[in-house]
Amino acid sequence: MAAQTLFEKIWNSHVVHEAPGEPALLYIDLHLIHEVTSPQAFEGLALAGRKVRRPERTFATLDHNVPTTDRSMPITDPDSRLQIEMMRKNCRDFGVRLFDLGEVEQGIVHVIGPELGLSQPGMTIVCGDSHTATHGAMGALAFGIGTSEVEHVLATQCLWQARPKTMEIRVDGKLGLGVTAKDIILGVIGRITTDGGTGHVIEYRGTAIEALSMEERMTVCNMSIEGGARAGMIAADRKTVDYLRGRRYLPTGVEFDRLAAQWLTYRTDEGAKFDRSIVFDAAAFAPQVTWGTNPGMVTAVTSKVPDPSSYADATSRRAVELALEYMGLVPGTPITDVKVDRVFIGSCTNSRVSDLQAAAAIVKGRRVAASVHAMVVPGSQLVKNEAEKLGLDRVFREAGFEWREAGCSMCLGMNPDILKPGERCASTSNRNFEGRQGKGGRTHLVSPIMAAAAAVAGHFVDVREWASN
Amino acid sequence: MIKPLKNFTGLVAPLDRPNVDTDQIIPKQFLKAVVRSGLAKGLFFDWRNQPDSQFVLNQPRFEKATILVARANFGCGSSREHAVWALADFGFKAVIAPSFADIFKNNCLKNGILTIVLKPEQTDAIFDAIKLHQDYHLAVDLPAQKIADEFGWSAHFDIDPFPKRCLLEGLDDIALTLMQDAKIRAHESAHPVPYKL
Ligand code: SF4
Repeated sequence: MAAQTLFEKIWNSHVVHEAPGEPALLYIDLHLIHEVTSPQAFEGLALAGRKVRRPERTFATLDHNVPTTDRSMPITDPDSRLQIEMMRKNCRDFGVRLFDLGEVEQGIVHVIGPELGLSQPGMTIVCGDSHTATHGAMGALAFGIGTSEVEHVLATQCLWQARPKTMEIRVDGKLGLGVTAKDIILGVIGRITTDGGTGHVIEYRGTAIEALSMEERMTVCNMSIEGGARAGMIAADRKTVDYLRGRRYLPTGVEFDRLAAQWLTYRTDEGAKFDRSIVFDAAAFAPQVTWGTNPGMVTAVTSKVPDPSSYADATSRRAVELALEYMGLVPGTPITDVKVDRVFIGSCTNSRVSDLQAAAAIVKGRRVAASVHAMVVPGSQLVKNEAEKLGLDRVFREAGFEWREAGCSMCLGMNPDILKPGERCASTSNRNFEGRQGKGGRTHLVSPIMAAAAAVAGHFVDVREWASN
Repeated sequence: MIKPLKNFTGLVAPLDRPNVDTDQIIPKQFLKAVVRSGLAKGLFFDWRNQPDSQFVLNQPRFEKATILVARANFGCGSSREHAVWALADFGFKAVIAPSFADIFKNNCLKNGILTIVLKPEQTDAIFDAIKLHQDYHLAVDLPAQKIADEFGWSAHFDIDPFPKRCLLEGLDDIALTLMQDAKIRAHESAHPVPYKL
């Protein structure tokens, strides 16, 4: 058989039906749902008198809307409460397992999938959320879908998909001290731009990618959509198997070993061809900070806010002008002179235990600047429990951070955690769109250690200067 | 269930920015909706509700627009179908741009909105024509894959046969899938659920 890429192996083994001139009908192994993009899908099912075809492959969580403060209090916002209650009712009516508030499995959908052992190598995984690519770090084909597609998967466990193109992003070499997985992916998006991956599935490869931990791989895959790609993936290896062993939903013993042996066959064959290939040198990446209103508007912390006049074409120039106006930034300002009011450590990009550990190591024994309001929102209840066992909550609290319950929180501010107009935030999330964290709020995307350092200093700093001591 | 899209002629509104993301098309506060209808009020909410906003959809001349022309990478970001429901609720039937984000494009198809990809110089021509003509209309002919104005300008656009058929006939794609039930069952019996439930 011809050499195949990881993507092709998963795709080909999931095509249920294919006819010339039509998209393929793909079988979906795992469907994750949450409260925001599912109510209309269940409504559609109910209206047509349809059932959920495979409840045992469907799992629901509450994450986007939930308060991150005291969970014993009722949810004050009536619309949020309604959405959460609808999720509970729909899960009851259709027999879907819901990880409800107060349960240890609850958390951000892209954090809990891998953590519970639901997301496995070789699988097709979908969710009504564009950051579903996160699960690609497990060696799966995982992508975000709209609500009509959610309804379609609920009813049929399948999805019509046009076959995407493949793109290899190879990162070789060694990352410098203080440079993280977040800086790799921000650097990559800066280079390929926000639509560079449109129509493609990315496979991240190379020695720098192999060297990443599973949680770091999730950070990289998470932001694939920010480069326009629907999915990003990394082939499973020993680390993947070790990560998954003993997880809640996985079988044990010989059953597990049998699965693991299968997982390891899902990798790109020697000589397989990608439609596009881009190679990066890990050593060339510095800590990254976004300065604009999309994740491709990013630069090294050692650099300056760009000048619109340095852009050749009129459309880009105009876009940069609008972005700087919204962000309240003056061209030529050194990034390290930019002051922050808020710091948010959380979101499906960077809210796992290792993210919190790295940030805690930076703030330990230091204080959050008096002018800064900083918070940490763990990605899941399991992350929260583990972090507390490690004493990270105390480190953060003693430094002046707020320590919250699990959820999406200020990543998109559907709950009360939002920026006020004009407030500037160093955020470990994935989107710096206008108003994303609150109307008029200004978001700079950074790694957890860069966010932690900015909280202490009150402005961006090159965390590499701190990393050594 | 996709509504069939007939040939139509519509007023064109220009949105002169690249990378318009779905957070802009409909901000988060409207995502708390539990039904698909009534979302027009949230369409481009932040841009429409700035003090003295000159935003295009606030201008009376574009109130009745049914075609939106935009710049590259329209609809990037979040998968929220609310963005498409809001466009549809406002009255839009087609969006023209040099490129669209993948999920947004799929969501449009599911709601009977036609996404038309043109070359940047062709979209430039439409932006220019709107400046020149007060009530600039385009006629959309999906079977012929053609758009044209009344001044002799026209362009051909590509669309895959399957989405074209879906739009023209208004297919119920769940029913279509269930016609493959035997194949789905065969796949399922060969691939048991890998979970310890
Ligand atoms: S953390 Fe943010 S990006 Fe991730 S799923 Fe939640 S809202 Fe979406």
